[in-house]
Amino acid sequence: MQLEAKDVGFRYGNGPWLFRGVNVTVEPGEIVGLTGPSGCGKTSFCKVLAGYEKPVEGSITVNHSLLPKNVYHPVQLVFQHPEKAINPRWKMIKTLREGGPLDQELLESLGIEREWLTRWPNELSGGELQRFCVARALGKGTRFLIADEMTTMLDAITQAQIWHVVLEMAKKRGMGVLIVSHEAKLIQRLCHRVIEFHPANA
Amino acid sequence: MSILEVEDLSISFKQYTRGLKQKHHHVITSLNVTLEAGEILAVVGASGSGKSLLAHAILGILPSNASMSGTIKYAGDELTAARQMALRGKEIALVPQSVNYLDPLMRVGAQVRTSVKQGDAALAQRKVFERYHLQSDVENMYPFQLSGGMARRTLLSTAMVSEANVIIADEPTPGLDPVVILEALHDFRELADNGCAVMLITHDIESALKIADKIAVFYAGTTVEVAPVDDFFGNGEALRHPYSKALWRALPQNDFVPIRGSQPHPSALPAGCLFEPRCEKVTLECRQARPEMRNLRNGMVRCIHAT
Repeated sequence: MQLEAKDVGFRYGNGPWLFRGVNVTVEPGEIVGLTGPSGCGKTSFCKVLAGYEKPVEGSITVNHSLLPKNVYHPVQLVFQHPEKAINPRWKMIKTLREGGPLDQELLESLGIEREWLTRWPNELSGGELQRFCVARALGKGTRFLIADEMTTMLDAITQAQIWHVVLEMAKKRGMGVLIVSHEAKLIQRLCHRVIEFHPANA
Repeated sequence: MSILEVEDLSISFKQYTRGLKQKHHHVITSLNVTLEAGEILAVVGASGSGKSLLAHAILGILPSNASMSGTIKYAGDELTAARQMALRGKEIALVPQSVNYLDPLMRVGAQVRTSVKQGDAALAQRKVFERYHLQSDVENMYPFQLSGGMARRTLLSTAMVSEANVIIADEPTPGLDPVVILEALHDFRELADNGCAVMLITHDIESALKIADKIAVFYAGTTVEVAPVDDFFGNGEALRHPYSKALWRALPQNDFVPIRGSQPHPSALPAGCLFEPRCEKVTLECRQARPEMRNLRNGMVRCIHAT
Protein backbone atom coordinates (compact mmCIF):
# COMPACT_ATOMS: atom_id res chain seq x y z
CA MET A 1 0.00 0.00 0.00
CA GLN A 2 1.35 3.34 -1.07
CA LEU A 3 -0.01 6.85 -0.88
CA GLU A 4 0.72 8.76 -4.03
CA ALA A 5 -0.01 12.31 -5.10
CA LYS A 6 0.58 12.66 -8.82
CA ASP A 7 0.86 16.04 -10.56
CA VAL A 8 -1.56 17.49 -8.05
CA GLY A 9 -2.70 21.07 -8.50
CA PHE A 10 -5.20 22.92 -6.37
CA ARG A 11 -6.98 26.24 -6.10
CA TYR A 12 -10.09 27.47 -4.34
CA GLY A 13 -12.76 28.33 -6.94
CA ASN A 14 -11.23 30.53 -9.59
CA GLY A 15 -8.58 31.90 -7.26
CA PRO A 16 -4.86 31.73 -7.92
CA TRP A 17 -3.20 28.31 -7.97
CA LEU A 18 -1.91 27.39 -4.54
CA PHE A 19 0.31 24.71 -6.02
CA ARG A 20 0.60 22.70 -9.24
CA GLY A 21 2.43 19.61 -10.32
CA VAL A 22 3.13 18.31 -6.82
CA ASN A 23 4.39 14.74 -6.66
CA VAL A 24 4.68 13.01 -3.31
CA THR A 25 4.73 9.35 -2.38
CA VAL A 26 4.63 7.85 1.07
CA GLU A 27 5.46 4.17 1.52
CA PRO A 28 3.93 2.07 4.31
CA GLY A 29 5.78 2.56 7.56
CA GLU A 30 7.67 5.50 6.16
CA ILE A 31 7.92 8.79 8.06
CA VAL A 32 8.16 11.73 5.68
CA GLY A 33 8.61 15.37 6.60
CA LEU A 34 7.11 18.26 4.61
CA THR A 35 8.41 21.77 5.14
CA GLY A 36 7.90 25.12 3.47
CA PRO A 37 7.20 28.76 4.27
CA SER A 38 4.00 29.75 6.05
CA GLY A 39 1.03 30.28 3.72
CA CYS A 40 2.47 28.26 0.82
CA GLY A 41 -0.41 25.78 0.70
CA LYS A 42 0.84 22.98 2.92
CA THR A 43 -2.40 22.68 4.86
CA SER A 44 -4.46 22.74 1.66
CA PHE A 45 -2.25 19.98 0.29
CA CYS A 46 -2.87 17.94 3.44
CA LYS A 47 -6.62 18.43 3.02
CA VAL A 48 -6.38 17.22 -0.57
CA LEU A 49 -4.40 14.16 0.49
CA ALA A 50 -6.92 13.26 3.18
CA GLY A 51 -9.88 13.78 0.85
CA TYR A 52 -11.31 16.93 2.47
CA GLU A 53 -10.78 18.73 -0.85
CA LYS A 54 -10.69 17.33 -4.37
CA PRO A 55 -7.57 17.99 -6.39
CA VAL A 56 -8.30 20.32 -9.34
CA GLU A 57 -5.58 18.59 -11.35
CA GLY A 58 -3.84 15.29 -10.92
CA SER A 59 -4.81 12.46 -8.64
CA ILE A 60 -4.42 11.03 -5.17
CA THR A 61 -4.17 7.26 -5.07
CA VAL A 62 -3.82 4.73 -2.30
CA ASN A 63 -2.42 1.44 -3.47
CA HIS A 64 -2.69 2.69 -7.08
CA SER A 65 -6.44 3.12 -6.92
CA LEU A 66 -8.48 6.25 -6.30
CA LEU A 67 -9.73 6.88 -2.80
CA PRO A 68 -12.92 5.01 -1.93
CA LYS A 69 -16.10 6.80 -0.88
CA ASN A 70 -18.48 6.10 2.00
CA VAL A 71 -16.00 3.90 3.86
CA TYR A 72 -13.46 4.62 6.56
CA HIS A 73 -10.90 6.83 4.86
CA PRO A 74 -7.45 5.19 4.97
CA VAL A 75 -5.77 8.60 5.02
CA GLN A 76 -6.48 10.50 8.23
CA LEU A 77 -5.54 14.08 9.00
CA VAL A 78 -4.78 15.70 12.34
CA PHE A 79 -5.08 19.47 12.21
CA GLN A 80 -3.01 22.17 13.82
CA HIS A 81 -5.82 23.64 15.92
CA PRO A 82 -7.71 20.96 17.84
CA GLU A 83 -10.30 23.44 19.08
CA LYS A 84 -11.40 23.92 15.47
CA ALA A 85 -11.51 20.21 14.67
CA ILE A 86 -13.87 19.26 17.48
CA ASN A 87 -17.58 19.93 17.76
CA PRO A 88 -17.88 22.32 20.73
CA ARG A 89 -21.35 20.99 21.58
CA TRP A 90 -20.36 17.34 21.80
CA LYS A 91 -18.90 15.70 24.86
CA MET A 92 -15.44 14.31 24.21
CA ILE A 93 -16.52 10.69 24.07
CA LYS A 94 -18.77 11.40 21.09
CA THR A 95 -15.91 13.09 19.28
CA LEU A 96 -13.70 10.12 20.02
CA ARG A 97 -16.26 7.65 18.70
CA GLU A 98 -16.13 9.32 15.28
CA GLY A 99 -12.98 7.30 14.76
CA GLY A 100 -14.62 3.97 15.57
CA PRO A 101 -14.76 1.91 18.76
CA LEU A 102 -12.58 3.07 21.65
CA ASP A 103 -9.19 1.48 22.04
CA GLN A 104 -8.51 1.55 25.78
CA GLU A 105 -4.83 0.82 25.34
CA LEU A 106 -4.35 3.65 22.87
CA LEU A 107 -6.15 6.09 25.16
CA GLU A 108 -3.90 5.11 28.00
CA SER A 109 -0.70 5.40 26.00
CA LEU A 110 -1.77 8.89 24.88
CA GLY A 111 -2.39 9.82 28.51
CA ILE A 112 -6.12 10.44 28.04
CA GLU A 113 -7.77 10.17 31.45
CA ARG A 114 -11.05 8.28 31.69
CA GLU A 115 -12.60 11.26 33.41
CA TRP A 116 -11.97 13.54 30.39
CA LEU A 117 -14.35 11.54 28.22
CA THR A 118 -17.44 13.06 29.80
CA ARG A 119 -16.26 16.64 29.57
CA TRP A 120 -17.00 19.43 27.13
CA PRO A 121 -14.23 20.63 24.82
CA ASN A 122 -14.03 24.08 26.45
CA GLU A 123 -13.10 22.44 29.76
CA LEU A 124 -9.93 20.89 28.36
CA SER A 125 -6.68 22.52 27.33
CA GLY A 126 -5.41 22.55 23.76
CA GLY A 127 -2.89 19.83 24.56
CA GLU A 128 -5.56 17.62 26.05
CA LEU A 129 -7.85 18.16 23.06
CA GLN A 130 -5.08 17.33 20.62
CA ARG A 131 -4.60 13.93 22.25
CA PHE A 132 -8.24 13.22 21.46
CA CYS A 133 -7.76 14.28 17.85
CA VAL A 134 -4.78 11.94 17.55
CA ALA A 135 -6.70 9.07 19.14
CA ARG A 136 -9.64 9.73 16.79
CA ALA A 137 -7.38 9.66 13.74
CA LEU A 138 -5.69 6.41 14.75
CA GLY A 139 -8.71 4.15 14.17
CA LYS A 140 -8.18 0.59 13.00
CA GLY A 141 -8.49 1.46 9.29
CA THR A 142 -5.90 4.21 9.21
CA ARG A 143 -3.08 3.38 6.80
CA PHE A 144 -1.62 6.87 6.48
CA LEU A 145 -1.55 9.66 9.00
CA ILE A 146 -1.10 13.27 7.95
CA ALA A 147 0.12 15.35 10.89
CA ASP A 148 -0.31 19.03 10.07
CA GLU A 149 1.62 20.85 12.81
CA MET A 150 0.17 18.25 15.12
CA THR A 151 2.22 18.96 18.22
CA THR A 152 3.12 22.61 17.72
CA MET A 153 0.79 23.68 20.51
CA LEU A 154 2.04 21.12 23.01
CA ASP A 155 4.74 21.08 25.64
CA ALA A 156 7.84 19.01 24.99
CA ILE A 157 6.90 16.12 27.26
CA THR A 158 3.43 15.73 25.75
CA GLN A 159 4.95 16.12 22.29
CA ALA A 160 7.42 13.32 22.95
CA GLN A 161 4.65 11.16 24.45
CA ILE A 162 2.37 11.54 21.43
CA TRP A 163 5.12 10.99 18.88
CA HIS A 164 6.34 7.87 20.63
CA VAL A 165 2.81 6.44 20.37
CA VAL A 166 2.49 7.41 16.69
CA LEU A 167 5.92 6.08 15.77
CA GLU A 168 5.28 2.81 17.53
CA MET A 169 1.98 2.43 15.73
CA ALA A 170 3.60 3.28 12.41
CA LYS A 171 6.06 0.48 13.00
CA LYS A 172 3.52 -2.04 14.25
CA ARG A 173 0.89 -1.44 11.57
CA GLY A 174 3.14 -0.34 8.76
CA MET A 175 1.39 3.00 8.78
CA GLY A 176 2.89 5.80 6.68
CA VAL A 177 3.15 9.24 8.27
CA LEU A 178 3.50 12.64 6.62
CA ILE A 179 4.65 15.30 9.05
CA VAL A 180 4.16 18.97 8.32
CA SER A 181 6.17 21.11 10.70
CA HIS A 182 8.29 24.20 10.93
CA GLU A 183 10.34 22.72 13.71
CA ALA A 184 13.52 21.61 12.02
CA LYS A 185 14.70 19.78 15.13
CA LEU A 186 11.54 17.73 15.37
CA ILE A 187 11.59 16.82 11.66
CA GLN A 188 15.22 15.84 11.95
CA ARG A 189 14.44 13.59 14.87
CA LEU A 190 11.42 11.85 13.38
CA CYS A 191 11.67 11.60 9.61
CA HIS A 192 13.29 9.19 7.22
CA ARG A 193 13.31 11.82 4.50
CA VAL A 194 12.17 15.42 4.08
CA ILE A 195 10.38 17.07 1.16
CA GLU A 196 10.60 20.81 0.59
CA PHE A 197 7.18 22.08 -0.48
CA HIS A 198 7.40 24.56 -3.32
CA PRO A 199 4.76 27.24 -3.68
CA ALA A 200 2.46 27.88 -6.67
CA ASN A 201 3.30 26.79 -10.24
CA ALA A 202 6.52 25.15 -9.17
CA MET B 1 9.85 48.11 41.34
CA SER B 2 8.27 45.42 39.25
CA ILE B 3 5.74 46.64 36.74
CA LEU B 4 3.57 43.59 37.22
CA GLU B 5 3.42 41.47 40.35
CA VAL B 6 1.29 38.38 40.74
CA GLU B 7 1.13 37.21 44.34
CA ASP B 8 -0.34 34.00 45.64
CA LEU B 9 -2.80 33.80 42.77
CA SER B 10 -5.34 31.01 42.83
CA ILE B 11 -8.08 30.46 40.30
CA SER B 12 -10.82 27.89 40.46
CA PHE B 13 -13.68 27.04 38.16
CA LYS B 14 -17.13 26.18 39.34
CA GLN B 15 -18.79 23.40 37.42
CA TYR B 16 -22.20 21.84 37.79
CA THR B 17 -21.96 18.08 37.79
CA ARG B 18 -25.54 16.98 38.29
CA GLY B 19 -28.50 19.16 39.12
CA LEU B 20 -27.33 21.84 41.51
CA LYS B 21 -24.26 19.92 42.66
CA GLN B 22 -21.13 21.91 42.15
CA LYS B 23 -17.52 20.97 41.75
CA HIS B 24 -14.50 23.22 41.99
CA HIS B 25 -11.51 22.83 39.75
CA HIS B 26 -8.37 24.45 41.11
CA VAL B 27 -6.61 25.39 37.92
CA ILE B 28 -4.07 27.75 39.44
CA THR B 29 -2.73 27.36 42.99
CA SER B 30 -0.60 29.89 44.87
CA LEU B 31 1.23 31.21 41.86
CA ASN B 32 3.83 33.95 42.14
CA VAL B 33 5.40 35.71 39.23
CA THR B 34 6.88 39.15 38.67
CA LEU B 35 7.55 41.08 35.51
CA GLU B 36 10.13 43.86 35.30
CA ALA B 37 10.19 46.70 32.81
CA GLY B 38 12.79 46.11 30.13
CA GLU B 39 12.74 42.39 30.70
CA ILE B 40 11.37 39.37 28.92
CA LEU B 41 10.01 36.61 31.08
CA ALA B 42 9.38 33.40 29.20
CA VAL B 43 6.73 31.14 30.66
CA VAL B 44 7.07 27.50 29.66
CA GLY B 45 5.52 24.34 30.99
CA ALA B 46 2.94 21.64 30.48
CA SER B 47 -0.05 22.27 28.24
CA GLY B 48 -2.97 22.89 30.53
CA SER B 49 -0.79 24.11 33.37
CA GLY B 50 -2.63 27.41 33.50
CA LYS B 51 -0.28 29.55 31.44
CA SER B 52 -3.05 31.04 29.33
CA LEU B 53 -5.29 31.44 32.36
CA LEU B 54 -2.64 33.54 34.04
CA ALA B 55 -2.66 35.78 30.97
CA HIS B 56 -6.44 35.98 31.07
CA ALA B 57 -6.42 36.73 34.80
CA ILE B 58 -4.04 39.65 34.26
CA LEU B 59 -6.23 41.00 31.48
CA GLY B 60 -9.40 40.37 33.48
CA ILE B 61 -11.05 38.25 30.82
CA LEU B 62 -11.66 35.05 32.76
CA PRO B 63 -15.01 33.37 32.14
CA SER B 64 -17.80 34.14 34.56
CA ASN B 65 -17.65 30.82 36.42
CA ALA B 66 -14.07 31.45 37.54
CA SER B 67 -13.24 32.75 41.00
CA MET B 68 -9.91 34.28 41.82
CA SER B 69 -7.94 34.98 44.98
CA GLY B 70 -4.57 36.60 45.57
CA THR B 71 -3.40 39.90 44.18
CA ILE B 72 -2.19 41.24 40.88
CA LYS B 73 -0.42 44.59 41.03
CA TYR B 74 0.34 46.80 38.07
CA ALA B 75 2.87 49.61 38.62
CA GLY B 76 2.54 49.20 42.38
CA ASP B 77 -1.24 49.41 42.63
CA GLU B 78 -3.70 46.60 42.71
CA LEU B 79 -5.24 45.74 39.40
CA THR B 80 -8.98 45.90 40.03
CA ALA B 81 -11.63 44.91 37.52
CA ALA B 82 -12.28 48.56 36.69
CA ARG B 83 -8.57 49.25 36.17
CA GLN B 84 -8.19 46.15 34.08
CA MET B 85 -10.94 47.30 31.81
CA ALA B 86 -9.40 50.74 31.48
CA LEU B 87 -5.89 49.44 30.84
CA ARG B 88 -6.33 46.42 28.64
CA GLY B 89 -5.50 46.96 25.02
CA LYS B 90 -3.92 50.29 26.00
CA GLU B 91 -1.23 49.70 28.61
CA ILE B 92 -1.50 45.93 28.83
CA ALA B 93 -1.86 44.13 25.53
CA LEU B 94 -2.46 40.48 24.76
CA VAL B 95 -1.41 38.41 21.80
CA PRO B 96 -4.01 35.68 22.15
CA GLN B 97 -3.21 32.04 21.66
CA SER B 98 -6.09 31.00 19.48
CA VAL B 99 -6.70 32.43 16.04
CA ASN B 100 -10.37 32.26 17.05
CA TYR B 101 -9.81 35.61 18.76
CA LEU B 102 -10.00 37.40 15.43
CA ASP B 103 -13.40 38.84 14.59
CA PRO B 104 -14.67 36.56 11.83
CA LEU B 105 -16.81 39.27 10.27
CA MET B 106 -14.26 42.07 10.14
CA ARG B 107 -11.48 42.54 7.61
CA VAL B 108 -8.16 41.88 9.31
CA GLY B 109 -6.60 45.21 8.31
CA ALA B 110 -9.42 47.03 10.07
CA GLN B 111 -8.96 44.85 13.15
CA VAL B 112 -5.33 45.81 13.43
CA ARG B 113 -6.15 49.50 12.88
CA THR B 114 -8.49 49.56 15.89
CA SER B 115 -5.56 49.10 18.26
CA VAL B 116 -3.54 52.04 16.94
CA LYS B 117 -3.98 54.89 19.40
CA GLN B 118 -2.19 57.78 17.82
CA GLY B 119 -1.04 58.80 14.38
CA ASP B 120 -2.15 57.37 11.08
CA ALA B 121 -3.76 54.00 11.80
CA ALA B 122 -3.73 52.81 8.19
CA LEU B 123 -0.06 53.68 7.81
CA ALA B 124 0.89 51.90 11.02
CA GLN B 125 -1.07 48.82 10.00
CA ARG B 126 0.53 48.69 6.51
CA LYS B 127 3.97 49.09 8.02
CA VAL B 128 3.54 46.25 10.45
CA PHE B 129 2.01 43.99 7.78
CA GLU B 130 4.95 44.66 5.53
CA ARG B 131 7.29 43.88 8.37
CA TYR B 132 5.69 40.48 8.83
CA HIS B 133 5.61 39.77 5.09
CA LEU B 134 1.86 40.02 4.77
CA GLN B 135 1.03 41.16 1.26
CA SER B 136 -0.95 44.34 0.71
CA ASP B 137 -4.12 42.47 -0.31
CA VAL B 138 -4.21 40.67 3.05
CA GLU B 139 -5.61 43.70 4.88
CA ASN B 140 -8.86 43.35 2.93
CA MET B 141 -9.27 39.67 3.73
CA TYR B 142 -11.46 38.05 6.35
CA PRO B 143 -9.93 35.68 8.92
CA PHE B 144 -11.27 32.55 7.16
CA GLN B 145 -9.23 33.44 4.07
CA LEU B 146 -5.94 33.42 5.97
CA SER B 147 -3.61 30.51 6.55
CA GLY B 148 -2.78 29.61 10.16
CA GLY B 149 0.52 31.46 9.98
CA MET B 150 -1.01 34.56 8.43
CA ALA B 151 -3.69 34.75 11.13
CA ARG B 152 -0.99 34.43 13.75
CA ARG B 153 0.95 37.30 12.18
CA THR B 154 -2.20 39.43 12.22
CA LEU B 155 -2.58 38.82 15.96
CA LEU B 156 1.05 39.76 16.47
CA SER B 157 0.61 42.95 14.45
CA THR B 158 -2.26 44.02 16.68
CA ALA B 159 -0.06 43.98 19.77
CA MET B 160 2.94 45.51 18.02
CA VAL B 161 1.05 48.65 16.98
CA SER B 162 -0.58 49.09 20.39
CA GLU B 163 2.40 50.73 22.16
CA ALA B 164 1.50 49.01 25.44
CA ASN B 165 3.80 48.92 28.49
CA VAL B 166 3.16 45.28 29.16
CA ILE B 167 2.76 42.76 26.38
CA ILE B 168 1.53 39.31 27.18
CA ALA B 169 2.14 37.06 24.23
CA ASP B 170 0.37 33.73 24.53
CA GLU B 171 2.05 31.30 22.13
CA PRO B 172 2.72 33.83 19.40
CA THR B 173 4.95 31.65 17.24
CA PRO B 174 3.54 28.19 16.47
CA GLY B 175 2.89 27.53 12.81
CA LEU B 176 5.15 30.33 11.66
CA ASP B 177 8.19 29.72 9.52
CA PRO B 178 11.62 30.37 11.04
CA VAL B 179 12.14 33.71 9.26
CA VAL B 180 8.98 35.24 10.70
CA ILE B 181 9.61 33.71 14.13
CA LEU B 182 13.02 35.30 14.21
CA GLU B 183 11.56 38.64 13.26
CA ALA B 184 8.82 38.43 15.87
CA LEU B 185 11.30 37.45 18.58
CA HIS B 186 13.60 40.26 17.56
CA ASP B 187 10.66 42.68 17.86
CA PHE B 188 9.87 41.48 21.37
CA ARG B 189 13.48 42.02 22.37
CA GLU B 190 13.41 45.49 20.88
CA LEU B 191 10.19 46.35 22.73
CA ALA B 192 11.77 45.16 25.97
CA ASP B 193 14.93 47.14 25.33
CA ASN B 194 12.74 50.21 24.93
CA GLY B 195 11.32 49.69 28.42
CA CYS B 196 8.38 47.46 27.74
CA ALA B 197 7.80 44.36 29.86
CA VAL B 198 7.10 41.20 27.91
CA MET B 199 5.65 37.94 29.14
CA LEU B 200 6.23 35.33 26.49
CA ILE B 201 4.17 32.21 27.00
CA THR B 202 5.58 29.51 24.78
CA HIS B 203 6.43 25.87 24.23
CA ASP B 204 9.33 26.79 22.06
CA ILE B 205 12.02 26.78 24.73
CA GLU B 206 14.73 27.12 22.14
CA SER B 207 13.34 30.42 20.82
CA ALA B 208 12.69 31.62 24.34
CA LEU B 209 16.34 31.06 25.24
CA LYS B 210 17.43 33.38 22.46
CA ILE B 211 15.63 36.45 23.75
CA ALA B 212 14.35 35.98 27.29
CA ASP B 213 16.05 37.08 30.51
CA LYS B 214 14.37 34.63 32.83
CA ILE B 215 12.30 31.52 32.36
CA ALA B 216 9.44 30.50 34.62
CA VAL B 217 8.45 26.84 34.46
CA PHE B 218 4.79 26.02 35.11
CA TYR B 219 3.32 22.74 36.18
CA ALA B 220 -0.26 21.96 37.25
CA GLY B 221 -1.14 25.59 37.86
CA THR B 222 1.87 26.79 39.75
CA THR B 223 5.42 27.94 39.15
CA VAL B 224 7.85 25.16 39.97
CA GLU B 225 10.95 27.07 39.00
CA VAL B 226 12.20 30.45 37.88
CA ALA B 227 15.64 30.25 36.32
CA PRO B 228 17.97 32.53 34.39
CA VAL B 229 18.23 31.45 30.74
CA ASP B 230 21.88 30.47 31.16
CA ASP B 231 20.85 27.47 33.23
CA PHE B 232 19.28 25.74 30.26
CA PHE B 233 22.11 23.74 28.73
CA GLY B 234 23.48 20.21 28.45
CA ASN B 235 21.38 17.61 30.23
CA GLY B 236 19.71 20.23 32.37
CA GLU B 237 22.09 19.65 35.24
CA ALA B 238 21.94 23.33 36.25
CA LEU B 239 18.15 23.30 36.49
CA ARG B 240 16.56 23.06 39.91
CA HIS B 241 13.25 21.25 39.65
CA PRO B 242 12.85 17.65 38.42
CA TYR B 243 10.00 18.72 36.12
CA SER B 244 12.14 21.39 34.46
CA LYS B 245 14.82 18.78 33.87
CA ALA B 246 12.30 16.35 32.38
CA LEU B 247 10.88 19.07 30.14
CA TRP B 248 14.32 20.03 28.93
CA ARG B 249 15.27 16.45 28.21
CA ALA B 250 12.05 15.77 26.26
CA LEU B 251 12.96 18.32 23.57
CA PRO B 252 13.58 16.79 20.14
CA GLN B 253 17.08 18.29 20.03
CA ASN B 254 17.91 16.72 23.40
CA ASP B 255 16.94 13.16 24.38
CA PHE B 256 13.28 13.23 23.21
CA VAL B 257 12.30 10.96 26.11
CA PRO B 258 8.92 11.51 27.72
CA ILE B 259 8.25 10.81 31.39
CA ARG B 260 5.31 8.64 32.34
CA GLY B 261 1.83 9.77 33.26
CA SER B 262 0.12 13.09 32.88
CA GLN B 263 -0.38 16.25 34.82
CA PRO B 264 -2.84 15.86 37.73
CA HIS B 265 -6.35 17.01 37.02
CA PRO B 266 -7.42 20.32 38.62
CA SER B 267 -10.29 18.60 40.44
CA ALA B 268 -8.00 15.97 41.98
CA LEU B 269 -4.73 17.63 42.93
CA PRO B 270 -2.39 15.65 45.17
CA ALA B 271 -2.18 16.86 48.75
CA GLY B 272 1.59 17.21 48.68
CA CYS B 273 3.88 18.40 45.93
CA LEU B 274 1.99 18.66 42.64
CA PHE B 275 4.70 16.82 40.72
CA GLU B 276 5.04 14.05 43.31
CA PRO B 277 3.09 11.33 41.38
CA ARG B 278 5.54 11.53 38.46
CA CYS B 279 8.73 12.38 40.31
CA GLU B 280 11.53 9.89 40.70
CA LYS B 281 12.98 11.67 43.71
CA VAL B 282 9.76 11.40 45.69
CA THR B 283 9.95 10.77 49.45
CA LEU B 284 7.33 10.57 52.19
CA GLU B 285 7.86 14.22 53.00
CA CYS B 286 6.89 15.23 49.44
CA ARG B 287 3.49 13.60 49.87
CA GLN B 288 2.68 15.43 53.09
CA ALA B 289 2.86 19.12 52.31
CA ARG B 290 3.15 21.44 49.34
CA PRO B 291 6.68 22.78 49.16
CA GLU B 292 7.09 26.54 49.38
CA MET B 293 8.84 28.56 46.70
CA ARG B 294 12.40 29.26 47.87
CA ASN B 295 15.42 31.07 46.52
CA LEU B 296 18.19 28.91 45.20
CA ARG B 297 21.27 29.71 43.17
CA ASN B 298 20.03 32.98 41.68
CA GLY B 299 16.65 31.46 40.86
CA MET B 300 13.63 30.06 42.60
CA VAL B 301 12.34 26.55 43.06
CA ARG B 302 9.43 24.73 44.65
CA CYS B 303 11.05 21.43 45.63
CA ILE B 304 12.49 20.29 48.94
CA HIS B 305 15.15 18.13 47.29
CA ALA B 306 16.51 20.71 44.89
CA THR B 307 20.12 21.69 45.31
